[in-house]
Amino acid sequence: MRPRYSALSLLRHAVAETPWPRAWRVPDPKPTYDVVIIGGGGHGLATAYYLAAHHGIKDIAVVERAYIGSGNLGRNTTLVRSNYVLDGNTQFFEYSMKLWEGLSHELNFNVMLSQRGQIVLAHGPSQMDVLARKGNIMRLNGIDAELLDRGEVIKLLPYLDHSGEARFPICGGLFQQRAGTVRHDAVAWGYARAADSLGVDVIENCEVNSFVIDGDRVRGVNTTRGRISAGRTAIAVAGHSSHLAAMAGLRLPIESHLLQAFVSEPIKPFLDHVISFGAELFYISQSDKGGLVFGGHIDGFNSYTQRGQFPKVQTVAECAVALIPSISRLRLLRHWAGIQDMTPDGSPFICRTPLRDLYLNGGWCYQGFKATPAVGWCFAHTIANDDEHPLSRCYSLDRFARGRELDDYGVGNWTYKQ
Amino acid sequence: MTTASAIGRTSSDAMLRIMCPICGERDYTEFRYGGDATKPRPSRETADPKVWHDYVFLFDNPKGLHREYWQHVLGCRQWLVLERNTATNEPGESRLARMDVVTCEGEPK
Repeated sequence: MRPRYSALSLLRHAVAETPWPRAWRVPDPKPTYDVVIIGGGGHGLATAYYLAAHHGIKDIAVVERAYIGSGNLGRNTTLVRSNYVLDGNTQFFEYSMKLWEGLSHELNFNVMLSQRGQIVLAHGPSQMDVLARKGNIMRLNGIDAELLDRGEVIKLLPYLDHSGEARFPICGGLFQQRAGTVRHDAVAWGYARAADSLGVDVIENCEVNSFVIDGDRVRGVNTTRGRISAGRTAIAVAGHSSHLAAMAGLRLPIESHLLQAFVSEPIKPFLDHVISFGAELFYISQSDKGGLVFGGHIDGFNSYTQRGQFPKVQTVAECAVALIPSISRLRLLRHWAGIQDMTPDGSPFICRTPLRDLYLNGGWCYQGFKATPAVGWCFAHTIANDDEHPLSRCYSLDRFARGRELDDYGVGNWTYKQ
Repeated sequence: MTTASAIGRTSSDAMLRIMCPICGERDYTEFRYGGDATKPRPSRETADPKVWHDYVFLFDNPKGLHREYWQHVLGCRQWLVLERNTATNEPGESRLARMDVVTCEGEPK
């Protein structure tokens, strides 16, 4: 067990000359493990942690192609919330929210959860009806939600365009106070450190090239650092799920699309909440460093390039300025793209697969980051018990065949429109 | 001055440009993406739900060459089939979809 972080240890290190010890080991892969998890992002690391902490399985390797958190965990806009509509999603994401609320204590690592509140805006009476319904569903599930009228939104968010010239006049919103942001890198580091201290090997720079398949059973992986045998193998590589699944001969209901995110130059504290535009898919918050962090919709065609197309920059900037005209002269500091697993109904998979001892977590569309703790919780259960967790039973691979799609946005069967 | 090549830019940074057989090369923003063009539509008589499930819901989603539909909505409004490398966005050949349509299995074009 590593030394615990505390106020006292901070003070002691402030005066000590010795540097902080490494937060997790750099192990070489062993030839065999009980469980091998492919993907050292938030989902893979969280799964390893909950397997070790709550299921008594400690002989685990997390193999990561690059460095941990180098994929979508470090590319999202750090938002966490639980304002969903459909049964299955609502309970799952609320459970995730509850795990976020205790996560810094659980991991002894400050993930900097900031429950600054999220406001989804409405720009017309019919949208207010939709938000009222959503708020009612949330409250029936014990989730906090408050419907705001125009006056309350003006009071809370005076810097939005409330003038008569607004392209999309704001007539109200739905407020979830417990929603907010989390420092995303700290999630990788916190879970990695906590899992490592329980004996999990976090193996970076180790790319999986193929599966070791014996009949209908997966018995491990071949990697750039040699063969690793595994009692059970788990895929947690959202963005590349189809790519990995193809190595096991599986086709998935997933297309890979690009989602861009943006951060502006830092400014003084200005935007106290997370705000979601109602007229387009656009969301914005301000980081602790002062940059405005925002994003929009996917680029619209499948791609693995991790580089977004320029026209989307314009669309997103137009949304930003339509909503908050005063930021029109801010400069962008960076923008980047992550690869999303887009599914036909916009919902993910946490499930067994047609191959024995192979488990899949993927298809996360836009929602992977906020789901991280609950994914770890449920995926660990699925791997340990060879059965879906009650909270994630709706996220099975065969739900389309059974007519049990979970289309929270009501978009229909189009991966690139979800 | 920093040139694009000096900072390691590749084709994936550039705007995706699609060659329309009728209108010529245009920005992709003039087109609407229409999905995977390699899946053959099952014949109308197919009653097996699994065949329809696989046709509707499953994707090869390759990291590499991909054949896909685009419609030139802001141009000639024709449907095209484009070959594109999804790992680089490098566009390849395109042709009118009606020349290349994947018809129902076992049915004439």
